[in-house]
Amino acid sequence: MNYQWDFSFLLEYKTLIWQGALYTLGFTVLTAVSGLTVGCIIALARLSGIRWLAWPLLAISELFRCTPVLVQLVWCYYALPILIGVNLSPPVAAFITLTMYGGSFYAEIIRGGIISIDAGQWDAGRALGMRIGALMRRIVLPQAFRRMVPPLVNQTVLQLKNTSLLSVLAVPDLLYQGQLITSATYRPLETYTMVAVIYFILLLPLTRGAALLEARMSR
Amino acid sequence: MSNSITTMIEVVGLKKSFGTHAVLRDISLEVPKGGVVALIGPSGSGKSTLLRTLNLLTLPDSGYIRVGASRIDFTAGQRMPRDRELAAFRARTGMVFQNFNLFPHMSAEANVMEGPVTVQRMKKPEARALARELLAKVGLADRAEAMPEQLSGGQKQRVAIARALAMKPDVMLFDEATSALDPERVAEVLAVMKQLATEGMTMLLVTHEMAFAREVADTVIFMRDGYVVESGPARQVIDHPAEEATRAFLSHFHHAAGAGA
Repeated sequence: MNYQWDFSFLLEYKTLIWQGALYTLGFTVLTAVSGLTVGCIIALARLSGIRWLAWPLLAISELFRCTPVLVQLVWCYYALPILIGVNLSPPVAAFITLTMYGGSFYAEIIRGGIISIDAGQWDAGRALGMRIGALMRRIVLPQAFRRMVPPLVNQTVLQLKNTSLLSVLAVPDLLYQGQLITSATYRPLETYTMVAVIYFILLLPLTRGAALLEARMSR
Repeated sequence: MSNSITTMIEVVGLKKSFGTHAVLRDISLEVPKGGVVALIGPSGSGKSTLLRTLNLLTLPDSGYIRVGASRIDFTAGQRMPRDRELAAFRARTGMVFQNFNLFPHMSAEANVMEGPVTVQRMKKPEARALARELLAKVGLADRAEAMPEQLSGGQKQRVAIARALAMKPDVMLFDEATSALDPERVAEVLAVMKQLATEGMTMLLVTHEMAFAREVADTVIFMRDGYVVESGPARQVIDHPAEEATRAFLSHFHHAAGAGA
């Protein structure tokens, strides 16, 4: 093979690449926040023991956990508008999908973290006269949160990778911009290598950070 | 009204079942202000459940409970008390658990401050001063900054007692407070409990320490299968039990009772 590597042409596209990276990061941060919110709501509803609340939310979260996110994305963009009679822009469809997908997995992590806290801690808080809000805020969540952090970080890593699927809906994320550059320059090798390297650089600190946290907590 | 001044705990017709298993069958008892009552009996007799119902950690199926001026009636057909009522009731009763249940993410001092600050909205400097005072009282003035994992079992339980006292409770409930301790750590916790009794705290304790019950309690109640089998002055019940079941149970503790006498 006699291929002449040349990354220099990518400099011309640095605005496009920069924009793509911002879209990828922005969507990750936005859907991590909204997903965590949805996850908290599903987890707390399921823990509340209120059936008419817990069951529908369990059904929704299973739906999102047991179907591929790409299918959800396409369904939300092309099929959902027919049902609700409102056209969704690609970013909105993507936001809804990733929020619900991430939220369904976050919910399991949060629920697991909360029920892992010893019943004696609940007893002790209640015995002091704490009501459910204070009990959660002061006693249960601070302890549960430490246990939740590593799996939450891992799920957020997946969330960032899943944003690459947005390119299917022509949301200008990192991968989509790579496709644009490739079609203009016919140099997929350098372009997609660069795309992969940027994902790697974004995610490595996250996974290493999670591993460090995990090691420190198991001590 | 004179009754509510002299009687600190009043329980009438308390019943509790878990599924088909009746754990408490019609329990009634009274504890006078400043009284110390020891609940004894074999495991599964319902004594720990009785203690938990007094703090509403376990809700009885029926019956009436009064602690100080707070009363809750569980007569069949009445609506269940709300979270707010339960919390207000519990704030007036201190509870000490077998497994300490200290908050592991807080220092000893923060554990003691938690109730006053979060529940009673006490200012932090004031709560800190209270915590220091109570930790000194249980002999742990120098361990205020320690995290629970750095404390021995006996020290943890003494912090737990200070934490319960910080709420200025009307009564203190001790659920086998020394059962999880190494033998050499039992005495330091019993000493704190004895001091509280001497100071006039109303106390109800589930215990297997017969010598302690005989020495410190005014009244001993022997329970079996969810019933009160026998109750009376501590020395009388422990030294000369009237019921055969009490006698059989106490025979397992002969050495302990002898050693403390």
